[in-house]
This record gives sequence, structure tokens and C-alpha cells, in this order.
Amino acid sequence: MNSQWETVIGLEIHAQLATQSKIFSGASTAYGAEPNTQACAVDLGFPGVLPVLNEEAVRMAVVFGMAIEAHIAPYSVFARKNYFYPDLPKGYQISQMDLPIVGNGHLDIDVDGVTKRIGVTRAHLEEDAGKSLHANFHGLTGIDLNRAGTPLLEIVSEPEMSSAKEAVAYMRKMHELVRYLGICDGNMQEGSFRCDANVSVRPKGQQEFGTRTELKNINSFKFVEKAINHEVERQIELIESGGVVVQETRLYDSDKDETRSMRSKEEANDYRYFPDPDLLPVLIDEDFKAQIKAQLPELPQAKKQRFKADYSLDEESATILTSSRQLADYFEAVVKESGCEARICANWVTGDLLAALNKAGLEITDSPVSHERLAGLLKRISDDTISGKIGKQVFEELWQGTATADEIIEAKGLKQITDTGAIEAIIDKIIADNQDQVEQYRSGKDKVFGFFVGQVMKEMQGKANPGEVNKMLKAKLQ
Amino acid sequence: MSLTADDVKKIAHLARLGIEEQDVASYAKDLSGMLDLMTRMSDLDTDGVEPMAHPMDQAQRLRADRVTEQDNREKFQAIAPQVEAGLYLVPKVIE
Repeated sequence: MNSQWETVIGLEIHAQLATQSKIFSGASTAYGAEPNTQACAVDLGFPGVLPVLNEEAVRMAVVFGMAIEAHIAPYSVFARKNYFYPDLPKGYQISQMDLPIVGNGHLDIDVDGVTKRIGVTRAHLEEDAGKSLHANFHGLTGIDLNRAGTPLLEIVSEPEMSSAKEAVAYMRKMHELVRYLGICDGNMQEGSFRCDANVSVRPKGQQEFGTRTELKNINSFKFVEKAINHEVERQIELIESGGVVVQETRLYDSDKDETRSMRSKEEANDYRYFPDPDLLPVLIDEDFKAQIKAQLPELPQAKKQRFKADYSLDEESATILTSSRQLADYFEAVVKESGCEARICANWVTGDLLAALNKAGLEITDSPVSHERLAGLLKRISDDTISGKIGKQVFEELWQGTATADEIIEAKGLKQITDTGAIEAIIDKIIADNQDQVEQYRSGKDKVFGFFVGQVMKEMQGKANPGEVNKMLKAKLQ
Repeated sequence: MSLTADDVKKIAHLARLGIEEQDVASYAKDLSGMLDLMTRMSDLDTDGVEPMAHPMDQAQRLRADRVTEQDNREKFQAIAPQVEAGLYLVPKVIE
């Protein structure tokens, strides 16, 4: 990237709140229903209907506010954002303008080992719009209003990110946080978590911001990075060739990897916000806040620090294990159940288990290997009943079936041979059969040692304790 | 404050109101009168007066998060101008 230019990025994240019913009506928010079967008179904007605010949506917004150490507004107000589009038949979206429920907060991101604090300007409650479908309706547009009225938390950052990489880190961190808090399922394919990016460039050192464009339609981490990088390049090229950046909304087209103009935002103030007379101000008292605070789960950052301190995990393992609350819980359950060293548990969870889950496209909550069954395996490794290598074989069986580790070890005769006499006999045989290698080893070729270990393990079908084999081999080869 | 005919037309467009050309002048006069009243109110000393978001001095009641609505698509769509495959059909909107 051209080093004379500096990039300024702010993100607006829309997180659908994981409520059962809509923000202002009792219609279901479940994803994937038949079109318009979850759109009631309130969602359809029928005359005479009134919105009634969902308590859970308010609670979730407050939970979020507390997690980013933000100001929780004791008094917040809903406003009408006027626009005419068939995806919201009322002719306006109920949102918040001057008095949002969540004020100034922050989120720390890590990029290339450096921690940067990104300000969160505000987060406000609003309703989602329906979906417009443009396929094959004889030149007409099809409207599905099932999504209309789904509660959204719009999280607005300060323009404090200076690269696409930082923007991605922020978006990921936010994604992790809302899932941790259990306020959003984070499903990006289904649109539960989406992002608009405000992007501008300015000459290095300049104080005032350049003209920004807003990138919409970003629903993956990969695209946010590509879309921003593309837009930054476009703006720089435009300015350097004597052009001017126009304030506008641009759509990112992931197929073509380009952004294109969507609509001019010059008339942005024509939304004509005003307080919604159908809704009274929302008052949040100290009692309500205290209740929520008491239920607040341990946050990712705190959990990561605790994992590092209490379980002596390295940064990488701790980061992976705390990337979701469910995974962290699973790991802690394995440690507790097995009584094994935490680092060994961490290796198995982040290694074999996650690899298998990724391969099968499963989440930890769907793991065929329960924490009890994995713990059962780790117990047998740590008490030397089986070697780590055999452990992998047992893990395969755990994954495929329903037997416990003990049952598998018993049925397959995988118990480690600790009878030193049996190991010794095999070592003696291998030394006798491979005199050439013995000579090489004794003449100083240490590498040959591995050959002997391999031979012994092969002969014993992996069931010998490797530590024991090493020790005995060394002694015999002296 | 005095609104022009163009202002009135713009406001009507923003609110998607169809107004007759012959009524524009009287709307301009009435709306200007309302704005003048606002201006006069702005002259009042409101220091120390809390801004009001709603004429009723009450807090919003909250609803428990429960699904209480049934599927009434058939009834709603019976009165819609055009439907297909469960969707409401509207004139083409292109972004």
C-alpha cells in the first residue's frame, strides 16, 4: 500500500439479538420459516397496531454494554427513521438516534502481537427489515417479512482502525464477544452478524478526515478485509489521478472483488428522525443493572488470562480454547474430570479433537466425543496404561463409536507393556538382527537410534512405553 | 420562517404524499405559520427544563420474550394486491 496515505476505518456491526420473539411483536424470530409465516400485523405495519418492547432485547443490549465497559443510559428513547422501502411496510424503521441505550465503551484488539483499544461510540436497539427477492416474479419484487422486526443491536465504532487487518480483528473480537454473552448466534451465512465499513484515506499526518464511503453487504471476515483493501486502493488511485471521493454507499461484490456505487448518501439527513410517539422512554434503574451484572459471564479476555495463569497455558492455546465459551467449558470439564495436567488436556482438545471437528464441520457442542469420554482416554495416557501414540488410535475409536476408552483398550488389547522382561527380549532380538546399525550407532551415528526405537515399537505394535524403550535401548547399545 | 412552494413539494415527496398543485400555496402558508409558532417557542427561556421525549411522563412497559403470534399469512395475503409463493409482490425495487 502507498505509504503516503493513511487509512481510517470505522465499522457498524449489526448483531441480531437471540430472542425468541421480535423486538416489538410476539412473532417468532426463528430462521428459515416459510416466507411471511412469522410476520404479524405489527411487523406488516397495519394501521392501529402498537409496538411493545421486548424485555429480553433490552436486557441483551445492557449485557453488551457492560461487557464493553460502556455507559448504560438510564433513559433512552426510540426514534423513527423514515424511509420508504417495501422491506419495512410502516414507512419507517424504529431505531434510536439521540439517546441510544449503550454509550461510550471500548474493545481491545490484538494485531501482530500489539494490543490496540478501539472505541465503541454507541450501540443502539432497532428492528431489522424484511428481505427483498428479485428472482423471477414477472418483473416484480417478492417480499418476505419474516425478518422484519427481528431485534438488532447496531454497534458503532469510532473511526480508529487504520488497516483492513485491524478491522477484521475488531470484527472477529466483536463476533466472539456477542456469542460469549449469548446475545447473538453469530451466524454470518444467515445474516445474524453483518457489518458496514466506513472507509476514508488521508495524507499521512493530516488531522482532518478524508471523505468517506460506506461499504455495505459484508457478511464474512474474508470479505471485510478484501472489500476494505479494494476500496482503499480505489480511493487512493482516484485522488492521485486528480479525482475526488464522493460520499456514497458502495456495495461489495464478492464475485468480482470490487465495490460499486449503490446510492448517494448526500440526502442522509432526510431520514427525518423523530421520537416515536408509540413508545415511551426506556428507563433502566440500578436494580435492573445490578441483576444483569450478577449474571454476566466471565468475558473472553478475563478467561484467557485465567487460563494462562491457572493452567499454565501458552498464549496460543489459551486464545484457541477461549475463542468460544462452549469450547472453554469443554476444556475445563476435561481437566476436572480427568485430573490430568491441563497442558496435556489442552493439547488434545486443540489438537486431535479440534482437527476432527473441523474436518467433520462440527461445533464443539456437537462433538461425538463427550468431555467424559475424552477425559477417560487422557486418564489412561497419564497413568501409563497406554502410550500417547496408542491414545490417538483410541481417540479414533472414541470418535467413531460410543465405547469408553477403557472398553476400547480392553477389547483391542492395547494396554501398554510394562513388563520390562518382554521389552528386553525384543530389544535383544532387534540388536542381534541388526548388527550393522549397532556398529553405526556405536561409531557415533546417533541418528540410528531412532531406527531402533522404531523397530521395537513396530515389534510391540506400539504398546511399549516409549520412555522405557528409550532408556533400555540406550543401556543396551552402550 | 417562510416556506417556498418547492420546499412544500420536497417535504411532500419525502413523506410520499400526493398533493395537488393548486393546494401548494395554502400548505406553504399553513406550514410557515406552524414554523413561526415554533420560532416563538424557541424564544422562551428553557434553561433547566428537561427535554421531553413523550408527552406522558411514564416509562416504557416491557413485554416478556414469548412467541404469542400465530401464522396468519393466509388472512393477511387475502387482502394483498399480489402474492406469489408466499411472498408479497411489489413493483420492482432496484438498489
